[in-house]
Amino acid sequence: MVKFPKQIVLDHGSGGKASQELIEGAFLPFFDNPLLRDMNDSAVFEIGGVKLAFSTDSYTVNPIIFPGGDIGCLAIHGTVNDLAMRGARPLYLSVGLILEEGMRGETLEKILTSMQRAAKEAGVCVITGDTKVVPKGQVDKIFINTSGIGVIEGDYHIAGQNAKPGDLVLINGTIGDHGMCILSQREGLGLETPLESDTAPLNGLVEAILKVCPDVHTMRDPTRGGVATTLNEIAKQSQVGIELWEDKLPFKESVLGAAELLGIDPLYLANEGKVLVIVPKEKAEDVLAVMQAHPYGKEAVVIGEVKPEPRGKVWMRTQLGSKRLIDMLTGEPLPRIC
Amino acid sequence: MCLGIPMEVININEEEKTAEVQLGGTRQQVRLDVINEMPKVGDYVIVHAGFAIYRLDKKDAEETLALFEEIIAHDQVEIH
Amino acid sequence: MTRLKYIDEFRNPEVAKHLLVEIKAISKTPIRLMEVCGTHTMSIGRYGLRTLLPSHIKLISGPGCPVCVTSAKDIDKMIKLASYDVIVTTFGDLMRVPGSRSSLQKERANGADVRVVYSPFDALEIAKKNPNKPVVFLGVGFETTAPGIAATVMAAKEQGIKNFFIFSAHKVTPPVMEALISSPDLKIDGFICPGHVSVIVGLKPYERLVEKYHVPCVVTGFEPVDILQGILMLVKQIEKHSPKAEIQYTRAVKPEGNPKAMELMFKVFEPVDATWRGIGVIPKSGLALKEEYAAHDASKVFDIEVGEAKEPPGCRCGDILKGLITPPECPLFGKICTPAHPVGPCMVSAEGSCAAYYKYRDWEGING
Repeated sequence: MVKFPKQIVLDHGSGGKASQELIEGAFLPFFDNPLLRDMNDSAVFEIGGVKLAFSTDSYTVNPIIFPGGDIGCLAIHGTVNDLAMRGARPLYLSVGLILEEGMRGETLEKILTSMQRAAKEAGVCVITGDTKVVPKGQVDKIFINTSGIGVIEGDYHIAGQNAKPGDLVLINGTIGDHGMCILSQREGLGLETPLESDTAPLNGLVEAILKVCPDVHTMRDPTRGGVATTLNEIAKQSQVGIELWEDKLPFKESVLGAAELLGIDPLYLANEGKVLVIVPKEKAEDVLAVMQAHPYGKEAVVIGEVKPEPRGKVWMRTQLGSKRLIDMLTGEPLPRIC
Repeated sequence: MCLGIPMEVININEEEKTAEVQLGGTRQQVRLDVINEMPKVGDYVIVHAGFAIYRLDKKDAEETLALFEEIIAHDQVEIH
Repeated sequence: MTRLKYIDEFRNPEVAKHLLVEIKAISKTPIRLMEVCGTHTMSIGRYGLRTLLPSHIKLISGPGCPVCVTSAKDIDKMIKLASYDVIVTTFGDLMRVPGSRSSLQKERANGADVRVVYSPFDALEIAKKNPNKPVVFLGVGFETTAPGIAATVMAAKEQGIKNFFIFSAHKVTPPVMEALISSPDLKIDGFICPGHVSVIVGLKPYERLVEKYHVPCVVTGFEPVDILQGILMLVKQIEKHSPKAEIQYTRAVKPEGNPKAMELMFKVFEPVDATWRGIGVIPKSGLALKEEYAAHDASKVFDIEVGEAKEPPGCRCGDILKGLITPPECPLFGKICTPAHPVGPCMVSAEGSCAAYYKYRDWEGING
């Protein structure tokens, strides 16, 4: 059903409920087709017997250079990861740049150098691009769009719709690092932290996981909206319940401290180098071992379990033994996070 | 909004009436205009909206925690 | 594992379990305990404390969210301020609160210069950096926050920062607690008193309540162990029929409170009658800038006359703030009024009762 908001507000870009409503009410009705309706990290289709994945993402993060990375490598990693989440080997990327008049050449060089390094590490080629320059003030220094194509070389069925009761939920490391890093850099907060973004290309890690377990049910990188929102999406798509174990959730001490200070739940903060992996229980040990052996999975841990009921819900089993609901993100505490 | 967090004092600037505090490695400047008594480095203060509003009574906190330890130990003794 | 000192230790599950056992052993009488602090509301929800306590102990949320109790008329005045060529600075919580027709967030989307700050001193810095533009700070909060605002206004006066103004919607807690306990509609058997407000005000206001109304009062901290210990202390008082004012949060609250902060607060502010959203006028429950600070008083310097405020139809925030009904008992709750599409302030605010109940809502089966 077509439904446009009266006005676009920041909430619409946060990855939470408002974003979802915008997609369902404003975009889907206009471009409706089964591939789009699939709503996974990338779209998967077949041409001439070859299974391909295709994805796009835009980057407006502020500040453009931050501890642990910058808008450039973020843009490369983001699309590489979206392709990897469906089991695809990322091959080719496009890069679209929108530059602000007056942006310093040396800043652009820094960003491009970073993109070059990121593409090399991920093993992808940028094969097409575009640049636009707009008058001063009409864009904040630089916005980037990347789109990517990958090839799926195994008989994988990895999708948000495939989580099954009894599956275990794994994550490759600490939660909330990128979001908290960006937030702490914002002027006006006056926070100094040792935090760094976790931005990283995950296609190598995913490849290693698929080697020991081609039957991975779901993989998704918890970016905007965080682990909480991402698991809610999966719970709804698969029509299952997901229980998280508070005492198992991995956090850096600095993220916990900053979270207390700001009154923010790190489960709703973006991660740019993390993947949620949902696998059959009997394969969890093997997958965990292979993740922990990989440089991007050293702190991998099992954080929860998929249950049959209540469908579409995510909840926490707290340290005290009580259970409480974990909802999707509403509101936009953090604009321009990725 | 009534968020008040205990943070450790790592630096004091008496002239400017500010202190640098930390929690889990995150550092921040806070104002000392309203605090009950001037803290020392190593003290803990309750921080709210950019102000240190109270110097935590460490002795009291430790006493309370010691009481908790006793409670747990006592429990365990009871079970066995 | 203790990673955050003086926080994690008060989340110790072993201690919590023991306190629950003691509460269950001692508590026989069905009781209703009210907390009047948004942070308590949230903490109780976050740790699922209602589900861990015996069912005859009911925890009800009172008007503990200063943003929720800011009158719609005051919100309309803030929005009117934003329509002038000024920089409006505010705590983030106020951004989405609905007034009669709009909200600060909507006004910002329409071009108003509204900026979120984390401290009033940040607003003062903005005023220093923009000497040719008036900068108004929207003052909301109880006694925990007001002393800091007072210090900021004093600094502005001392440093001659003439373009810095405060719009005060500050309130104090004891008068509303008295209004609630003296109301015939409400049955309150004990107060979980606000921890950080009490850091400033100490024990005296509650001693007065105990003397007049014989209602048990325990000043409680915010971690789950704090709250459970506070509830245990209340239960003991109730079962012994000996109401008194006690402090559980001893590491931060002393009977004398923080006299310096109180002094500062009353140097700059004076008590006035104030309208609490959904409750009405409560005498001497608000704080207004004193005459000598009139030059920094936005309500005196700007024309912020607004018409009568309109409350959203069907909204029962008032009854929820008074603890007469729980959020799920409001017909709009969860159906028309949700955090994504809030109708009233209790759902909008990060510490509103409805927001807390919705975020940590129970449903069939999750705790079965």
